[in-house]
Amino acid sequence: MTRARILQWAIVLGAFGLLEALCRFRIITPFTMIPPSEMVVSLIRIARTQSWFAEDTLYSLRNLMVAVVIAVFGGYLAGLVVHALPRLRACLDPLFSSYYSVPTFILYPLFIVLFGIGPMSLIVMGSVFGVVAMISATLTALDRIPRVLVKVARIEKLGPLRTIALIKLPAAAPHLFTGLKLAVAYCIIGVIAGEFILATAGIGRRLSLSYNNFDNATMYGVLLLILAFAASVNGALNVWERRIHRRWFR
Amino acid sequence: MSSSAIAPARADASASERDIHVQFRDVNHVYPARAGHEAVHALGPIDLALQRGEFLSIIGPSGCGKTTLLEVLAGLVTPTSGAVEIDGRAVQGAVPDGVGVVFQEDASFPWLTVADNIAFSLKRAGMEKAEIATRVDYAIGLMGLTRFRKAYPSQLSGGMRQRVCIARTLVTRPKLILLDEPFGALDQQTRLIMGEELLKLWRETGATVMLITHSLDEAALLADHVAVMSARPGHFIEVIATGWPRDRDSRLASTPEFGALTSRLWALLRDESIKAMGPT
Ligand SMILES: Nc1ncnc2c1ncn2[C@@H]1O[C@H](COP(=O)(O)OP(=O)(O)OP(=O)(O)O)[C@@H](O)[C@H]1O
Ligand SMILES: [Mg+2]
Repeated sequence: MTRARILQWAIVLGAFGLLEALCRFRIITPFTMIPPSEMVVSLIRIARTQSWFAEDTLYSLRNLMVAVVIAVFGGYLAGLVVHALPRLRACLDPLFSSYYSVPTFILYPLFIVLFGIGPMSLIVMGSVFGVVAMISATLTALDRIPRVLVKVARIEKLGPLRTIALIKLPAAAPHLFTGLKLAVAYCIIGVIAGEFILATAGIGRRLSLSYNNFDNATMYGVLLLILAFAASVNGALNVWERRIHRRWFR
Repeated sequence: MSSSAIAPARADASASERDIHVQFRDVNHVYPARAGHEAVHALGPIDLALQRGEFLSIIGPSGCGKTTLLEVLAGLVTPTSGAVEIDGRAVQGAVPDGVGVVFQEDASFPWLTVADNIAFSLKRAGMEKAEIATRVDYAIGLMGLTRFRKAYPSQLSGGMRQRVCIARTLVTRPKLILLDEPFGALDQQTRLIMGEELLKLWRETGATVMLITHSLDEAALLADHVAVMSARPGHFIEVIATGWPRDRDSRLASTPEFGALTSRLWALLRDESIKAMGPT
């Protein structure tokens, strides 16, 4: 472990310890927050005893996965198309650059009207929230492909599809990763928040239910689960990204 | 080299007119105006006939249109006017068969190892694995990259990356080899050695070679003809026959003929280079 790594762990553990102490000494009351150690215990207990746990987790995971696939692949394909059509790109640029300044969640009621209270609305919410990050990253990534590589593709007589698969995709990979990470994070936010607002199932809905019932133990257990999940997905993507970067830019 | 050997090009053209590989006829290229940029007349008029198996080097001041010329011939750029033919067939912005190009910029694929970079075109052509391996091994040896066959381009120096690109082009055994300052990133010694390897390959394969270089020595040493380009819009001010034997090597560089040739090239190029650097 490097010194930076040790320091990072020390800070994280220190923060946990501090929170634990504040809760234990009732400086933070149990009505506000339960100690982190109890969150872990609560999560384990929920996972063992509650029948809704597996159901809701799977429901959310499935919706999330579909949303991620749509946002990432759809975003990549849309990026390729928009990049190939400079006029269209000029039209859409203002939309892309202002997209995340609009609270996309105001559209959620609309999605419910259109797609009903079910997986569809949640998937749409997640992917609509994530897709533009992927489109923007794809555009930047394609812009940064050295022109000489595209010339090589032409000399090699690669058709448009082969050029994408053999040259443009790998050449853009390091920059596409930024988009992938953002898109996944936004999809998680979109799906969970959608469930939180209105849904028939899902871990976000559990969060909302336990919050309304003043069931702090369940609420913080579920919260911990979501945080841990988001953090580990992000961590895994980071590891993968670093591996690619090391190969490319050593 | 007799003084007649430095006579203007094509004095002897009628003798071997039969086997023309590449023909430029009154070619001009103007890059169209874009937002904030005026149109640039980059090239022309160019008239040139390359014999099959000929080695031509091209020198000219920076920005005179050398790369444009090469890209027109490679089918990457459609010239604004004029005609380019390879084997009598028009190149109109479509990449012709049997052409290999080494670009001025680093065109190695950072996501592939040295060996995979070099094998790229061969794999795409559906060649047998054993044959690919033989050719790649040979090219890696030739380019002095044996210790780096599993390395990625990011682990190589600029000169080594350029050698990967040269190898990637040469393993396909193109009939027409276009090289755009391929040794630019190499030191003088490696340059000489690579030049000799290129000559050897040229002799063995009988390919037609067009080499763009900014080294007068290299141009003079390697080629059958040296074409000197003017400042932009680039056209040939003179095409000089070197008169070297086919089995030449770098020892030529110490002969008085070589000295005479390079002084002549420099005399031609000096004024153009000053023009190219001046305000336009
Ligand atoms: N895609 C382009 N669009 C507009 N102008 C261009 C383009 N490519 C080249 N030019 C212009 O055309 C002229 C010739 O360029 P070119 O690259 O052919 O020169 P060169 O002789 O290869 O130069 P160098 O020796 O520096 O490589 C230059 O003035 C350049 O600015
Ligand atoms: Mg050039």
